[in-house]
Amino acid sequence: MTSAQIEIQFILGLVAIACALPGVFLVLRKMALISDAISHSILPGIVLGFFITQDLASPLLIVMATLTGVLTVVLVEYIQKTGLVKEDTAIGLVFPSMFSLGVILIARNAGDVHLDVDAVLLGEVAFAPFDRWMYQGIDMGPRSLWIIGTILLVSVLLLILFFKELKIATFDTGLAASLGFTPIGIHYGLMTVSSVTTVGAFDAIGAILVVAFMIVPAASVYLLTTNLKKMLVYSCVLGLVASLVGYWIANYLDTSIAGTIATVLGLIFFMVYLFAPSKGYISQWYRTKQQKTEVAMLVFMLHISNHEEEKERNINHLQEHINWTASRAKKILKLAGKNNMIVIKNNVISLTDKGDKFTQKAISYISDNKNSELEGVKEAFFLFRG
Amino acid sequence: MIQEYLELLLVDYTLQVITLGTAVLGAVCGMLGSFAVLRKQSLLGDAISHASLPGIAIAFLVLGVKDNNGLLLGALASGLLSAIFIKGIITKTHLKSDTALGVVLSTFFGFGMLLLTYIQKLPNANQSGLEKYLFGQAATLLASDVWLMTTISGISLLVVLLFWKEFKMVLFDADYTKTLGFNVKFIDTLITSFIVISIVMGLQTVGVVLMSAMLLAPAAAARQWTNSLAKMVMLAGLFGAISGVIGTGISASANNLSTGPVIVLIATLFVMFSFVFSPIRGLLFKQIKLWKNRNDLKLMKTLLFMYNLVKDHENVAHPHKIQILNNFQGYTRKSLNRLQAENLILLEKGNWSLTEKGFKTAKNLYTQEL
Repeated sequence: MTSAQIEIQFILGLVAIACALPGVFLVLRKMALISDAISHSILPGIVLGFFITQDLASPLLIVMATLTGVLTVVLVEYIQKTGLVKEDTAIGLVFPSMFSLGVILIARNAGDVHLDVDAVLLGEVAFAPFDRWMYQGIDMGPRSLWIIGTILLVSVLLLILFFKELKIATFDTGLAASLGFTPIGIHYGLMTVSSVTTVGAFDAIGAILVVAFMIVPAASVYLLTTNLKKMLVYSCVLGLVASLVGYWIANYLDTSIAGTIATVLGLIFFMVYLFAPSKGYISQWYRTKQQKTEVAMLVFMLHISNHEEEKERNINHLQEHINWTASRAKKILKLAGKNNMIVIKNNVISLTDKGDKFTQKAISYISDNKNSELEGVKEAFFLFRG
Repeated sequence: MIQEYLELLLVDYTLQVITLGTAVLGAVCGMLGSFAVLRKQSLLGDAISHASLPGIAIAFLVLGVKDNNGLLLGALASGLLSAIFIKGIITKTHLKSDTALGVVLSTFFGFGMLLLTYIQKLPNANQSGLEKYLFGQAATLLASDVWLMTTISGISLLVVLLFWKEFKMVLFDADYTKTLGFNVKFIDTLITSFIVISIVMGLQTVGVVLMSAMLLAPAAAARQWTNSLAKMVMLAGLFGAISGVIGTGISASANNLSTGPVIVLIATLFVMFSFVFSPIRGLLFKQIKLWKNRNDLKLMKTLLFMYNLVKDHENVAHPHKIQILNNFQGYTRKSLNRLQAENLILLEKGNWSLTEKGFKTAKNLYTQEL
């Protein structure tokens, strides 16, 4: 590893952590797309700041871009408040127009601006180590390392100071207001931190991929835990791991570093989405299937207990009575037999003592409208589930 | 300058093609965008358009040539895949739609960037120019592209007309539609598919990043002028087409302006104008109404004050000096004149008196028997 490579990995790691922290709150507050809006609409701010300072690393540029980001949020909220369009439309109207404004500003002054839309949109962290911060002639390291480091430090400090307020304002705005925490202040504080982070991260990873760094770790972790502190820690770890893995893959393939990291993040999310215990796709699918069979069995047992005459309980009548396909009927029948709920004699189905007890209990719960208790009954009676 | 441009438009074949292309695109995007906006799926378009980037890159890798239709087919596949994935996340997990959109948008786009940078380093001279799909380049539109666009637009128009009743019902009451026995899932998929198709069609002209605005802005503007779906769809198509034509005109006559951003800004101007000046919902109209209500309230207050002074007199129409009103701060010469104009009071040489009508109005002000 060369020193440049180490520096790039440091920058990426810091960016990942700095983005993941506000990202968790954005996801929890259902404002994930605000990060998309901010990341696009800081472009005119950056361009205007650049016109004034002629220096891409000037602090004024960061201030201008942050102001534009907050302005976007204010504008979106203003449009939402007028009620003229739905909320998501408001976001969708504001950021493309701001972004277009930025693109046109750059294009009109292409001659004397050393600023490329592609660079803003996509970023290139590989060049970061060449832009060094010289203090009194001493090389202090890459400038973006210092910028993103400062931003991270400030946001961690703010997070620790206002953790309780943020937590309450996120989960119960009404309670936060009644306790005197001014949710609006916290809201705009969070928006400002998100804007600053986006601005600090954009020249390393580009405006659009900031969204990946903010949202994807938080979204993946949200499928694994519902504890806020764990979410924050895990998101940071996930972002960090993805950046390092992504960096080395990009290094190997010779591709865009930010794009590769976003791809790695996407793959991680996809894995979590499929395999997350209890909230993932597969476990959800399995649970739905199981519940379907359980409900079918319940219906079947009630049907059998409702009919005294042997003719009605004939195994061949089952299909037309409950309107099941043959395979489904067979499956339920087999399951009920396995659970010792029924016996079949001469093609006539009768409930066993256990089955009878089960149906009586189920009927009493259903007629009392205590459907939630049915789960407990099922737990107690079913040895084999769907 | 406008005249110059029009003359150029008459003779320049390329410009004619491009203008026609952007007009068709704007019209079909506005039309289908209306459905997206009303279904609260405004940002779905944003996610899908970003997510079509890897499809373009993969299509290029597979085909090895820059065949426009092939690339757009790739974009279509990846756009549809992203739409399915978004739907899967929303229905199968507890993540909300904004998170699902954000995740899909950014990771698909990131993967697209990975592929694009990979392609750029391939030893194949034919690879440059894929970046045009980021911001779009209307100048690369060929007559055949415009033909394709027109055909697709015609098909989508036909489908919208054919399924008009179903679309409308699903838009406004999906549950009711289901109980009537319509296949809501199919209709839903149909609308989403056509939204994806219109997005893919616009990629070459407007680009991945700004495509969503083409879908939203005309529809959002049209929504302000009418409450009827049919009128809204037509208006949105019109706004979209006009923004396309004007945007192309501006970017063609100025140096160094990509078409996409200009069209988007023009469409945004339509939105701003509609927000402010729409006679039904516009902000200006609402403000004027507010002022008018406030003024009426003040007039009635003045009238009530007068009534309270007068009501114990035997002769209601007995004139009083205007100075008496000084205790009450809310009157001006203008408001008194207005009261007179409405026949509620009579003014004479610094005196005022209530008319019959004014007395009655004030008396019944709180009893609603006007």
